[in-house]
Amino acid sequence: MAQFTLPKNSKIAAGTTWPTPAKLHGALTEVRVYRWNPDDGNNPRIDIYQVDRGDCGPMVLDALIWIKNTIDPTLTFRRSCREGICGSCSMNIDGGNTLACTKAMDEIKGAIRIYPLPHMAVVKDLVPDLTNFYAQHATIEPWLQTVSPEPQKEWRQSHEDRGKLDGLYECILCACCTTACPSYWWNSERYLGPAALLQANRWLKDSRDEATGERLDQLEDPFRLYRCHTIMNCANACPKGLNPAKAIAEIKKMMVDRQV
Amino acid sequence: MTTAGGLPPRYRTALRQVRGLGSARSGTDHFWRQRLTAVANVPLVIAFVLIVVLLMGRNHAAAVQIIGSPVVAIILLLFVASVTYHMRLGMQVIIEDYVHQDLPKLVLLIANTFFTAAVAFGCGYAILKLSFGV
Repeated sequence: MAQFTLPKNSKIAAGTTWPTPAKLHGALTEVRVYRWNPDDGNNPRIDIYQVDRGDCGPMVLDALIWIKNTIDPTLTFRRSCREGICGSCSMNIDGGNTLACTKAMDEIKGAIRIYPLPHMAVVKDLVPDLTNFYAQHATIEPWLQTVSPEPQKEWRQSHEDRGKLDGLYECILCACCTTACPSYWWNSERYLGPAALLQANRWLKDSRDEATGERLDQLEDPFRLYRCHTIMNCANACPKGLNPAKAIAEIKKMMVDRQV
Repeated sequence: MTTAGGLPPRYRTALRQVRGLGSARSGTDHFWRQRLTAVANVPLVIAFVLIVVLLMGRNHAAAVQIIGSPVVAIILLLFVASVTYHMRLGMQVIIEDYVHQDLPKLVLLIANTFFTAAVAFGCGYAILKLSFGV
């Protein structure tokens, strides 16, 4: 059966309430962060920090970096570009998956609750194991596939055909959509998930690609593709404003088109 | 030795795991038929409700007379066929979503087909019996 409750070793306990910094520069915001260390053998816990807003940038990622620099250097999370293009700092903030670097603290009322992306194995603190997610992306063979002899210069494409990739190519593979999808929670071994399928559609839609049929063959499966039940959590979660559910619907339409 | 989340180590590569047994090359038919029966159900359910309203409070003889009409009987038969087939497809998806162990899954999938077939043929038999006034 799909597992609906947390396993014993994942049940969350109360953690440390860290003291308020002695010297304040502005208002305080309470941040509650999921902590788990694979080395101490304890269950995960929620640590509570008071962030000095006068000494810290406006985004949730700024708060995490501030905590790591001034209060608790053991806090572990991924981050890189801090401008919503690398997809590293995806996490569950205030109950929704998003990028910590593009989510402003002021958007959240009350204490800011931060957890790792849901339903993924945790490596440490806010770092989820994305091995399976990346393998699923690799499965859809995200590169241009052609049979025709390579042209002397680039493969050419009309402006109109290039436009068909809008809303698809912007995906940064942050995994916010995939880990927000209940279908993916229950069947992550077999269902490819919204991100991989949006990427699949990106290559299916590419006018230069000559492997459309083979790509559809690879996707035509009750689990790989058809576990999508248009729950739409993916579109709600996407921090880039993309619509993976629509991309999946377009793949299903192509499947029907080649039969009817 | 453990990996992320305290899970046992995996010696198979992630790609091997994800590729699994490969694509089943099917599922579109199931998808199409579920939509087809959904579309069919819209007028058929409305007609069914109207027929039920028509039958309410009538005695057996009046019911036999109404269902004796070929139009009514055929609508009811189509309704039963479409709804039970749609139900079988939908229940199958739910079982596949939530039940992952081989044996329970297989048993439930078989039971699902048997149950809907029994419902369909039971209803069909009742409609025909009343319709022909036997």
